[in-house]
Amino acid sequence: MISAWLIALLQALLCAALAPLLVGWVRKVKARLQNRRGAPVLQPYSDLRKLLFKETRVAHTASPLFRIAPYIVFVATWLAAATVPLIALDLPTARIADIIVLVGLLALARFFLALAGMDVGTAFGGMGASREMMVSALAEPAMLMAVFTLAMTAHSTSLVSVMEHHLADGFVLRPSYLFAFGALILVALAECGRIPVDNPSTHLELTMIHEAMILEYTGRHLALMEWAAQIKLLLYGVLVANLFFPWGIGAAFGPLALGIGLAAVVVKLGVLGAALAVGETVLAKMRLFRVPAFLNLALLLGLLGLLSHVILEVGA
Amino acid sequence: MTGAERIRRFDWLSEYLARLEDEHVIAQHGDALALPPAHRLELDPEDWAPAAKVAAGMGLRHAGLWADCLDDAASTEEGPCIRVQACLEYGGDYLVLQTEVPMSRPLLASQATSYPGVARLERHAHDLTGLELTGQPDGRRWTRHQAWPEDRFPLRSDFPRAGETPGRTPADADYAFTRVQGTGVYEIPVGPVHAGIIEPGHFRFHAMGEDVLQLEERLGYVHKGIEKLAVGRDPAALARLAGRLSGDSSVAHAWAACQAMERATDCIVPPRALALRGLMAERERIANHLGDIGAICNDVGFAFAQVQCARLRELWQRRSLALFGHRLMMDAVVPGGVACDLTDKAIEELQRDHAQMKVAIEPVFDVVEDHPSLDDRLMSTGVLSEADARQLGCTGYVGKASGQGFDLRRDTPYAPYDAVAMDAPLMTEGDVAARVTVRMAEVRNSLRWMDRLLKVLPGGALAVDLPPAEEGAMGLGAIDGWRGEILCFVRFGADGRIARYFPRDPSWFTWPALERLILGNIVPDFPVCNKSVNGSYSGEDL
Repeated sequence: MISAWLIALLQALLCAALAPLLVGWVRKVKARLQNRRGAPVLQPYSDLRKLLFKETRVAHTASPLFRIAPYIVFVATWLAAATVPLIALDLPTARIADIIVLVGLLALARFFLALAGMDVGTAFGGMGASREMMVSALAEPAMLMAVFTLAMTAHSTSLVSVMEHHLADGFVLRPSYLFAFGALILVALAECGRIPVDNPSTHLELTMIHEAMILEYTGRHLALMEWAAQIKLLLYGVLVANLFFPWGIGAAFGPLALGIGLAAVVVKLGVLGAALAVGETVLAKMRLFRVPAFLNLALLLGLLGLLSHVILEVGA
Repeated sequence: MTGAERIRRFDWLSEYLARLEDEHVIAQHGDALALPPAHRLELDPEDWAPAAKVAAGMGLRHAGLWADCLDDAASTEEGPCIRVQACLEYGGDYLVLQTEVPMSRPLLASQATSYPGVARLERHAHDLTGLELTGQPDGRRWTRHQAWPEDRFPLRSDFPRAGETPGRTPADADYAFTRVQGTGVYEIPVGPVHAGIIEPGHFRFHAMGEDVLQLEERLGYVHKGIEKLAVGRDPAALARLAGRLSGDSSVAHAWAACQAMERATDCIVPPRALALRGLMAERERIANHLGDIGAICNDVGFAFAQVQCARLRELWQRRSLALFGHRLMMDAVVPGGVACDLTDKAIEELQRDHAQMKVAIEPVFDVVEDHPSLDDRLMSTGVLSEADARQLGCTGYVGKASGQGFDLRRDTPYAPYDAVAMDAPLMTEGDVAARVTVRMAEVRNSLRWMDRLLKVLPGGALAVDLPPAEEGAMGLGAIDGWRGEILCFVRFGADGRIARYFPRDPSWFTWPALERLILGNIVPDFPVCNKSVNGSYSGEDL
């Protein structure tokens, strides 16, 4: 039991530690695709370190909420990431937190992020917060719809059960999974603020969503906010990777199983990150008023997944 | 151009004069020699506004307006006065209207009611010379922030060149922005300090949700006092100053200033110098267009095109550094000629460069033209109607994308464009995509043109000495810069030094166009609309 908790802790630490690497990898692949050399893959670590040691300034109009928000956002996102099986399946954290708690933790982080964006009273923060809320109001149901499709197959809302069911079944091409996969990819792009919904590398305040909310942050506050965003990207990456392709994840707690699990998840995230970079290279950002249509498509895919599960797979 | 040709070209002038007479406006004096190639008409101050009204009715384009304080020791017999000149253009011919108002009572009716595009030029003239424009739709200050008091005018001779108030200028606080009231309307102040490394300018949006109801620009943050700095300079120093007016238009502004001075002194510039100036101006155009095309794509999150364009532009500018001594070719244009020559080897290198560039741009331009995700963002975004473009007098890519085909190089060809003709693209859609397409067409045209020019590059001298200027000699320069038509007015004072310099950047008319084309768009599309117009802050703030 203690070893299980230790491994859960290790996994949570691993999440936080790997997140900047994934972002660095995506940036590197993007740079290469644009014929640039790009910054080193480890650059995000240096950036975080730099920010953590820089002086932290706070606007004079900021309320205490503005100071607390980075910690809440970081902890909530990190906790959410800790509930997703990364290298091993049978974790105590996974048993106390299911998909709905995961979505709830992410919503909590977002709530404080949006509040912090509005707190200082600048136009950009408020604009970013309102856009973020529009995106998340549409993304959340689509996300739930997608994971419910999987949950219905496994008869459980626990991520571990879903993965175990998937592993036990072997590789079966289910139409419902395909739809849910598509839906989850679209939601992940929107939630993580990637092209075509948001552009993480823009300097144009008026076009920002996520970046607009953290414009006023400096120093360690900014470091925590950015780190949380990186963890969120990793979380969605792991969710997509391990829910749909759970093979390789450690079913037992032996060093070999965990090693294989780590190697498997790194490879899966590497592939997903490269795919994200390709997508961000070939696509321009959408107009903001197209985002609802984009997320409605995700919802529709989720619904189709549910329907096809009920029609084609129940009782089959 | 022969005399007969000029008369034929000015076939609309007699009709304009006749229409003026119908309005009981009598041109006191007209001549074609004071400001060649423009024809000059002297008017009474009370005829100033009617003359503009008639011109607007005939479809003339207003190409700018400037005021000139004649208040130094050697001023006119009637005492110190402010001379105001307005430049009109039709069919490639320029007409300069001129009037004088006494400095003791500098009242003049505004032409902005007929030509809304000149409103800011008039406000600028007021802030710097004290000219009072009656009937101006917008009486607020423009170029003046807080650097000098309301009742002081920097371009008058009693104002010291170093300024009167040393030290830090107070922040510009009490400017009255136009308000839009209503439920759900909110105001977004943007700038003057931006998140990216760009010039400073303030944009005040009124938006409802994400829809822009109104945009108001507030510029003047990079006012450098260019016009005052020019006073007392010798011609070479003026050319250097003009080259620093707006770094991306260094060649064009320096050429316009030199052309004005050369016309004022009847200087015959050697043909090789003119050809090299043309070559540099087109190099400048290509470099800026490449940068803009990439930046427009980057503003909609398509970084791929930007990186490719930035790479091509960088190689291009390094070649400029190697051949012309400066990445932006600053100080290569000097009064009377150019400062650097091309060896035969350099010409070969250039030709090879051009061939490589022609090959290199096509795959990139193909992507920019045909990428569905990019099309979705650029098409129908930021539409400037033909009527608005005409009314404001937009030239360059902004005009050409909105049905205003005027291109100085083709319609009033000056050397070397008279010998080697230049095509100009024309579109009517008026959206961001059209402005990108016009830029791409201009890049291709310029590359072809430079190759034709290099084949017939004349030999001979690079520069002649500028003849000494008579006191009071005036010159008007008109050069097609990469942003569009650049006008430049120069008047010489005593000892061949500059008494008045006014460069009219095309941005004076494209900035107001941005305020119009953004209406009906959403707030997050503003950056791409702004970049597609890419007005110069520095060129307008002066």
